[in-house]
Amino acid sequence: MHMTRYVVRQLASFIPVLFVIITLTFFLVRLAPGGPFSSEKALSAEALAQINAHYNLDAPLWRQYVDYLAGLARGDLGPSMKQPSRSVSEWIAYKFPASLELGLYGLLFALCVGLPAGILAAWRPNTWTDQLPMALAMAGICIPNFVLGPLLVYVFSLRLQWLPVAQWDGFAHKILPAVTLGAVYAAYIARLSRAALLDVLSQDFIRTARAKGLSEPRVVLRHALRGGLQPVVSFLGPAAAGIITGSFVVENIFRVPGLGTEFVKAAMNRDYTMILGTVLFFAVLIMLFNLAVDVVQAWLDPRLRHG
Amino acid sequence: MGGDMTASAERLLRVEGLRTSFHTREGVLRAVDDLSFTVDQGRTLGIVGESGSGKSVAMLSLLGLIPMPPGRIEGGRALFGGRDLLRCTARELRRVRGREISMIFQDPMTALNPFMTIGAQLTEPLTVHEGIGRRAARGRAIAALEEVGIQDAEERLRSYPHEFSGGMRQRVMIAMALITRPRLLIADEPTTALDVTVQAQILELIRRLQGELGMAVVLITHDLGVVAAVCEDVVVMYAGRALESASAVGLFAQPRHPYTSALLASLPTLRGRGAELYTIPGMPPDLTEPRAGCPFAPRCEHAAEICGASPVLEETAPGHWTACVRVQRGELPVEALRVAGEDEGLRAP
Repeated sequence: MHMTRYVVRQLASFIPVLFVIITLTFFLVRLAPGGPFSSEKALSAEALAQINAHYNLDAPLWRQYVDYLAGLARGDLGPSMKQPSRSVSEWIAYKFPASLELGLYGLLFALCVGLPAGILAAWRPNTWTDQLPMALAMAGICIPNFVLGPLLVYVFSLRLQWLPVAQWDGFAHKILPAVTLGAVYAAYIARLSRAALLDVLSQDFIRTARAKGLSEPRVVLRHALRGGLQPVVSFLGPAAAGIITGSFVVENIFRVPGLGTEFVKAAMNRDYTMILGTVLFFAVLIMLFNLAVDVVQAWLDPRLRHG
Repeated sequence: MGGDMTASAERLLRVEGLRTSFHTREGVLRAVDDLSFTVDQGRTLGIVGESGSGKSVAMLSLLGLIPMPPGRIEGGRALFGGRDLLRCTARELRRVRGREISMIFQDPMTALNPFMTIGAQLTEPLTVHEGIGRRAARGRAIAALEEVGIQDAEERLRSYPHEFSGGMRQRVMIAMALITRPRLLIADEPTTALDVTVQAQILELIRRLQGELGMAVVLITHDLGVVAAVCEDVVVMYAGRALESASAVGLFAQPRHPYTSALLASLPTLRGRGAELYTIPGMPPDLTEPRAGCPFAPRCEHAAEICGASPVLEETAPGHWTACVRVQRGELPVEALRVAGEDEGLRAP
């Protein structure tokens, strides 16, 4: 009951936040030098004027802003200025599925590796079962994905020939990019869950659990893990929004037709509508995931459910 | 009680020469230093001492609940039910904890798991130690809650700890500790964090359940009033050692160690209204410093040269043991340790 009301209230608060994001993005993008068509040398003055008129770029800035908001109110993100074959919404709908799929695999990898590593490390702190996973996690954070990706390709595709080098086809094509994408998240999850678990394991109720004669696995998994998951969940919210909207680097290494590339391309091309559309999409995802975090936190911690 | 006492059939726990230390960067902290005591079946032993005197560490050592490292049990024996707890494997100790010896703690606000329902926590000792089914465990949990005076027990199984008051949580802790009918309950300052009115109720509850279950209780406290109210035997601890050990009646009637008499003199109830309270001068010793002799000597108004020798508990009156060398030698008449005005104040039960 409390939760439903909370979710509705949060959803309502999205609207003013989105308004601020759109406004800031709209004007900041215009502050950047150049425009969508400034690099096309072959255009005649008339042609340019015609194009500007077509995309409403000749109107006063405030007018363009109002028109854009009016379009948004109708659910119209406008046409892409540089890739006019599709509208912005269509581009997102076209490119997002691959990013989403890759992101979910990456997230799954990050959780399946990061969480057990964190639990193992917290189990016996300052022994090799702690130091080895933590050293790997540190490496995972330090090695950039544009190094890790080619490295994985070299070992698993070229040397061992187990997995394809690139392209977006069957499941085998998705393993290396997912690992490349998820590695740094796995590292963060391992470190976060270790720290949080150690914190929980030092609390009084853990001593109570041990005094009851419970086995160590039961103490850690049943009594400590819930509390230890909280920071991981908080991290996963915005991280998941980032991971499923695609990574420019990973998409380019493995030739994945994803949204991350479109994001960067739009910014480079000053494709105003595309920038606004992708920013908006990303903002909505972040807010939705943060809301999901709140709901999961309340599920994890009964003290958050009332109030 | 140190020395060689006659082995009694009803002896439940016999601790001899327990030494526990913590190896930290600042040095070796000897938290418990050659501690001996016994607990008889069905009786209540009070272990009294200031903060840091080693009372909790001693009890946690017996159950293997000291974090190791940095903690280390350096020596001693703890005979319980035919085995030495200090030499049990982790698995053997787990079978003792929560089944034969249960423990409750000072702060009921933090001692219960905030993420789990009361019901899940209450039934855990049963499922772990007795392997009984969920339904039977639930029934036992309801009975256990009712036994400690919690209303609507069936409803309350679904509640979380934060929905209870401090006193109620301590009742839940007690219910959880006793649900397996242990032979010994170790209560580590069970009333310190509670309101004064609730304190008496909790002590009364422990007392009543002890009678019903016939179990022994070790009550760790720094409150001599609590000892007077519920304990039959007392061990006075200081700097990790036992300085005096006697029946509660004997101890309050005639303390035989200057530290005990100083503690009694510090009790507010023994003084007239408006009179300045007695305080023991100085601070408890730094346990990382190597030391010889009586640990209380630097603060003792009766200290003499002889106190540089290490004292051992000796029986100076029937059933009354003291570690004061001067009392043992008869240099210090115990009448000198009698506390003024004690008659109108505390009385042993």
